[in-house]
Amino acid sequence: MMTTAAERAAPPAPPGWPRRWRALQREANAGYAFVERNWNLTRRYLGWEIVWLVYQLVNGLSILFIAAATEQITGQPVDTSFLILYLLIGTTLWQYLSEVFSNVAETITWERWEGTIEYTLMAPVSRFVHLVGSCIYAVTYGVIRALAVFIVVVLIFHVHLDQANVGTAAMIVAAGSVSVIGLAIYCAILPLLFTERGAQMTFVVNSVLLLISGVYYPTEVLPGWLRMFSPLSPITYVLRSVRAALLEGAPLSAVAGDLVVLAMMGALLVPSGIYAFSVAERFAKRTGRLKRSG
Amino acid sequence: MSSIVVAEHDSEARAAHPLAGAASAPSAGAPIALSVHRVAKSFDRGPAGRWWHWLQRAAPRAARLVMAVDGVSFEVRRGEIVGILGANGSGKSTLIRLISTLLLPDAGTITVFGLDVVREAMRVRWLINRVSVDAAFFKKLSPMENLIYAARLYNLDAREARRRSLELLERLGIGHKEALAPMEQMSRGMQQKVAIARALLTSPVLLLLDEPTTGLDPRSKRDVQQFVQQLRATHDATVVLTTHDMDEADRLCDRIGVLNRGRLVALDSPAALKARTRAETDAGPEPTLEDVFMHLTGLAVDEATGEVTATIAEAAAEPVELEGQEAKAI
Repeated sequence: MMTTAAERAAPPAPPGWPRRWRALQREANAGYAFVERNWNLTRRYLGWEIVWLVYQLVNGLSILFIAAATEQITGQPVDTSFLILYLLIGTTLWQYLSEVFSNVAETITWERWEGTIEYTLMAPVSRFVHLVGSCIYAVTYGVIRALAVFIVVVLIFHVHLDQANVGTAAMIVAAGSVSVIGLAIYCAILPLLFTERGAQMTFVVNSVLLLISGVYYPTEVLPGWLRMFSPLSPITYVLRSVRAALLEGAPLSAVAGDLVVLAMMGALLVPSGIYAFSVAERFAKRTGRLKRSG
Repeated sequence: MSSIVVAEHDSEARAAHPLAGAASAPSAGAPIALSVHRVAKSFDRGPAGRWWHWLQRAAPRAARLVMAVDGVSFEVRRGEIVGILGANGSGKSTLIRLISTLLLPDAGTITVFGLDVVREAMRVRWLINRVSVDAAFFKKLSPMENLIYAARLYNLDAREARRRSLELLERLGIGHKEALAPMEQMSRGMQQKVAIARALLTSPVLLLLDEPTTGLDPRSKRDVQQFVQQLRATHDATVVLTTHDMDEADRLCDRIGVLNRGRLVALDSPAALKARTRAETDAGPEPTLEDVFMHLTGLAVDEATGEVTATIAEAAAEPVELEGQEAKAI
């Protein structure tokens, strides 16, 4: 027999089961709703998924072929293996982190496109759980895609990671993912407030991150006025530290400064982003901006 | 939460109701399911994108405001089906959104089974569900995938929800094969039926139907209406229904409210509204609900399109404040 809405809202705790556990179970079920829904959408858009994966792969390969041809182009001796690995790290991390950023930042945009924003926002689910569900899928999806591209590229270019410190790199990527998610939550506010232009603004932010974070080059080559924005991007610290770990085998202590900055960014951006999102949602409800057509 | 646990409607009222035994009118002592008290909501027209629209910023804010809902008060008892009639832009959907926690009122209070929709929004959301005029779904997903998504949001067991979804969809004429195909392959009528199934899946105690049959073909419209009629008997739900369709309101609703320019100008049973119109106008001995609507709003209904056009000057009706079953002019 189906339970009533009220019973599901305040489920009776079985003997010996703490109420908090039941509440956690309820939140987990709701959070998984977003993971499962996004997975189903990925399956249904399989054709486009393949197209984007091929595009990412071709894009990555093209950049690495530039590295492979640099000696030939310039006529000067170049450490080609180093340059390929340098660009491979940039390409792979950018594909992963921008995927995470886009997936989280477009949480509301998707709902607007599909016309489901009002349904989702009137469901009895906290925004924290909503965003956590979206983030779990975004990270899983981003890791799988980036790994797929990475493996193919490594096989083609025979990249050697003999002196790489993979553990340090993994810790930096984990900390960086959290801070990028925090930034993306802030950007997810834009489509909530600006019904049409919000998605465009998010795309611009994503593009600027590519420019200032040193994805394919050291940030030192940027003009001064642009370089001053680099420290604001968590991706700058991720790339710098992961390159140090994979190219030079740097231990965790050598990149501790960047790790601390990333941890602080995550600790600041995620909770404040969720709070800002709830304030923006309240503003949208006061001004009537949740309607699909705006 | 205890306030929502109430006794069944009394059997006499159930037996006396005209809806062929499928549904029952609530007894006078039934608890208040929904209370709307002096609720107002306005929107700022603001710039719309063109440069000259920005000049509107220079206008005083009061001049830019559009009053969507203006001092509306009424109550709905548990088990009632209350219809809200009104022209396009009369404030029906805004009112439904306010009850749904999707909009915040500028003034007034709304409670659902005693819970305030602003201060206790999350608890209210467990009790309500809404079917809007546009079936809001992920169209690439199948009805089943959409329903399971909804079920998880409302903390239903996925396996049980799958079984129940198939059962509900089947009752609405959607077979197993269609339940697993993308929704973009379905007609709008079918999609609207899935929307109703989704709302019922979560067993809401207050169901908000915002023009659920607008744009549907006659067959689909009749199916949806029959389903709403069965709701009260099978789901113990209170229903607030907005519609342009006078026949639909007449057939389904215990009471009908008429919204005109954001103001509730009447709320009573269809028979009482007709009696009032008969007494106050020369509509003849058997006024229809359309006569009632014209009398109260000064608008004529184009039944063929469902559109409403102004043909009569300012309506004579004054807004009323309605408490429970009684109405008094203010």
